Amino acid sequence: MASNWFRFAAPASFYPLAGRLIPVFWILTGVCLLVGLYWGFFQTPDQLGGSNAQKEYYRIIFIHVPAAWMSMWLYVVMVGWAAIGLVFNTRLSFMMANAIAPTGAIFTFLALWTGAFWGRPSWGTYWDWDPRLTTELILFFMYIGYIALHSAIDDTRRADRAAALLAIVGLVMVPLIFWSVNCPDPNQCAALHQRSNLTQIEGNILFSMLVVTFGFWMYSFASTLMRLRSIILTREADNTWVQELHLKGHRA
Amino acid sequence: MLRVFWCVLLRDLTLALRRRTDVLTTLFFFIIVVSLFPLGVGTERQILQILGPGVVWVAALLASMLALERLFAADYEDGTLEQMVLTAQPLSILVLAKITAHWLLTGLPLVLIAPLVGMQYHLSDDAILIMMVALLLGTPVLSLIGAIGAALTLGLRGGGILLSLLILPLYIPVLVYGAGAVTASGIDMADTRPYLALLGAFLVAALTFAPLASSAALKISIE
Amino acid sequence: MSEFFSQGGYAFFVWGAYGMVLVLLVAEILQLRAQRRTILARLGRLIRMRDSGVNQ
Repeated sequence: MASNWFRFAAPASFYPLAGRLIPVFWILTGVCLLVGLYWGFFQTPDQLGGSNAQKEYYRIIFIHVPAAWMSMWLYVVMVGWAAIGLVFNTRLSFMMANAIAPTGAIFTFLALWTGAFWGRPSWGTYWDWDPRLTTELILFFMYIGYIALHSAIDDTRRADRAAALLAIVGLVMVPLIFWSVNCPDPNQCAALHQRSNLTQIEGNILFSMLVVTFGFWMYSFASTLMRLRSIILTREADNTWVQELHLKGHRA
Repeated sequence: MLRVFWCVLLRDLTLALRRRTDVLTTLFFFIIVVSLFPLGVGTERQILQILGPGVVWVAALLASMLALERLFAADYEDGTLEQMVLTAQPLSILVLAKITAHWLLTGLPLVLIAPLVGMQYHLSDDAILIMMVALLLGTPVLSLIGAIGAALTLGLRGGGILLSLLILPLYIPVLVYGAGAVTASGIDMADTRPYLALLGAFLVAALTFAPLASSAALKISIE
Repeated sequence: MSEFFSQGGYAFFVWGAYGMVLVLLVAEILQLRAQRRTILARLGRLIRMRDSGVNQ
């Protein structure tokens, strides 16, 4: 059975599989976002906390936290595919890493943007040099660096491998950067973000946050697979299977 | 293996000393950047004392990054690098030798000029001493991390700009603790120890892993 | 209904955040569709060029 899985490591057999999966992921995305956001806006209290209450604006949490989670998770997944590509020398893994990067960058930007719009009413400022904000900004630079390095190299093989190595170096450095900005004075450490603890979040809020996270995840699958199909078509344009597929699709 | 290291190191140093202006350019870039800040933010003694550590470190990051482009470029163009990749010697040793030579020519001068720059910012003698130690520990880390980026962007159009985009974010930990050490020296000299210990730890980690990563990057860029 | 849109006076922040998410995600989808159409069109041209080359 195991050998069957490697069948899909070939772009030619993964392409149609991805095509069949994309609509499923779109449906899941739509359902999750609708349920999650409905629950978030209509089944949750209007304010949180005691004397210094967080009012309606806390509802940004339903996209802020999922976007931040996805931005980090997609980077890990991207590095995973890049590493698999370097180790096993499989073309499809590099294409996968490539397809993930722009979506990851978008979620990183969204985490920063929604964070700014949440920070303004609650902290009184759009931006603060808080460790998590700073690290998220650095993560954004990492995605941009990956994309820039890949597009600067004309030779696809070299571009894939160089960008993959950069992504791996980035994965090692991001925790170190987070740690260094989190604790700029090794004699004592402090941070602006509250220590978050999932078990302390009210059930309805947690539910819609997790559902939206799942929705963003499904969205990432759908958009990544769409981009992957485009990358496969571009890179394999000279192969007969692509040309046959194209003829079938357009003349049949 | 040690002989190969010395061989490459001496070769690089000899080559560089034949074109001394390259070394001086980096140094003067550093001095000019540092000297421009007081003209921009005002020459008040207290402001300069607060800004000093950060400005010196940011200038050091930029200077060492600018010099990185030349780390592999000449050897890449005349084909020497390709021969190095093909030799039986472990590539990471050769890379480490090249990085060492590069640091001796671009990093060490920054450490030595630091007292002068510190005086421009009215830093105390203690602060200048700590700054020199911090630069001594930190600038090799910059060269080591930067070498990975230099190897990845080898021979690309607009490689310099791209290099800064890739490498500058990775310099943050060194910047934070390097500048932090100098600031802490104004409060209590004993407080600077953890900073310097962390910079030392970074140096050891970078010495271990960066040559491996750079040689992997060189192989990717050259094959 | 207007109560929902005013979000207790924080409409700018809530809808500013949600609006950007909507804009970027929709823009990404549209960009991907446009990219796919462009690639398919180019493939079509390539294939026609090859076919006409064979016929001559």
